[in-house]
Amino acid sequence: MRQLNNILEGFGSTVLLLFRSIGYLPTLPRQFGRFIEQCYLIGYTTLPIVAILSFFIGSVLALQAGYSMQNFGAKQFIGSLVGLSMARELGPVMVAILLTGRVGSAITAELASMKVYQEVDALQTMNIPPVRMLVMPRLVAAVVMVPVLAIIANLVGWFGGAIISKYTHFIAIDPPAYFSALRRFMEFKDILNGLIKAEVFGVGVILVCCNIGLNTRGGPREIGASVTRAVVTSLILILVLDYFVTKALM
Amino acid sequence: MSTASDVTRNPFTQTESPAVGVTIEGLSKSFGKFEVLKDVSFAVKPGEIFVLMGPSGSGKSVLLKHIVGLELPTAGKVTVDRRDAAAEETRESVRMALVFQAGALFNSMTVYDNLALYPREHRIGNEASIREKVMHALQILSLENAAQKYPSELSGGMKKRVAIARALVMEPQLMLYDEPTSELDPVMSATISEIIATLKDQYHVTTIVVSHDRDLALNIADRVGILMGGRLVFLGPPSELKEPKDPRVADFLHPRIDLQNPRFKQLET
Repeated sequence: MRQLNNILEGFGSTVLLLFRSIGYLPTLPRQFGRFIEQCYLIGYTTLPIVAILSFFIGSVLALQAGYSMQNFGAKQFIGSLVGLSMARELGPVMVAILLTGRVGSAITAELASMKVYQEVDALQTMNIPPVRMLVMPRLVAAVVMVPVLAIIANLVGWFGGAIISKYTHFIAIDPPAYFSALRRFMEFKDILNGLIKAEVFGVGVILVCCNIGLNTRGGPREIGASVTRAVVTSLILILVLDYFVTKALM
Repeated sequence: MSTASDVTRNPFTQTESPAVGVTIEGLSKSFGKFEVLKDVSFAVKPGEIFVLMGPSGSGKSVLLKHIVGLELPTAGKVTVDRRDAAAEETRESVRMALVFQAGALFNSMTVYDNLALYPREHRIGNEASIREKVMHALQILSLENAAQKYPSELSGGMKKRVAIARALVMEPQLMLYDEPTSELDPVMSATISEIIATLKDQYHVTTIVVSHDRDLALNIADRVGILMGGRLVFLGPPSELKEPKDPRVADFLHPRIDLQNPRFKQLET
């Protein structure tokens, strides 16, 4: 019962944090420096790892698909399988998971340490709302950068699949044939659905990580506990949201 | 509200604004079943230095947090300039600054940026006037050379002085200090006490200091309050503390080190 209470309380405070952040949106122009800094952290520093993982996810998809499909002569559909899987599911989910590990954990650690060392209290006594300064710029940066990361993840994943399809002896499909299959079975809607999913996951992850960070109480040990809680909660949230958003977009 | 003669002088422009009084009426605070403050009542006059003393865990810092609105009372009322301390409007209309025990400096910012944050966020003046204000505050506390340093590069005493300088930039009407001399050597403790008294004399700011420091209380306080077990057991001028009537207060202020019958052994039994 207590655990259910905690879950509902966490959900409520996260939703409240979203509305309070939206309320501070008009202050974005004078926090432009902070917004750009967060775009750099969320976008630029996450890009290399997104590219590496997307390349290998696309490659493995092509490899597994080629291995399974060679027996019934469906190899020519590898391009569409990799394309759709990356755009509709793996790209957004992978970006959200990386965002949790690379950015979300750092946000929780920073905000939790600010809370524990009374920096958040100091902001409040200076009549500077912590949500305005610490949450809103991060949230807007995520809204802008997460779809960009998802698009890059898709492109690199498709490219990885094309390379493996060409150079694996039991697949041996040229890139033009691979991309032709990819184009034939994929619509703009598929890409858009994936980007909407990425956006929802990104906003969810940043809100959860900020909320847990700002609600940290106790000493330095609680900072580590908060980071663990933020990562686990975000991962669960991504998969739960994935089901509901996929269903809603069908 | 405050009387016309009770004015705080702005440390930067020397313009005057009303100094504020603080009233605490029947304040009680519980965390779960643990009652930290029990029916505490006193008032701090505008422009006064009030030192709140008491053993560790007696509720001093919690009381201070009520004054700046970081904690809400379980019962009773805290007012600043006759306004509810917990109301957001109070923080908007009364400039209050709290110097935290550990400084609470923003570790990701330089000393300069720590001080400039308040005027920048509240859009008080342009960057040139903010620079002038920040450098003046640093100068008052002899910290000009620390402007570009990060808090991690400062000693404990410097951190406390930076925290005071940051509070000063807010041009406060009410300054609150949470254990300003803890963890400092005796000379630095005396320096901080001198700074607090000088700021009050020069700028007539209402000052509330939470401290264990007997020397600080006896030398700079206009009045002293002593909290024990969440209750106010003494309220009066520091002269009355030289020969306190209450044995608990006497024991707190002049503890005798008894190696034959140590206190911790008494606690065991």
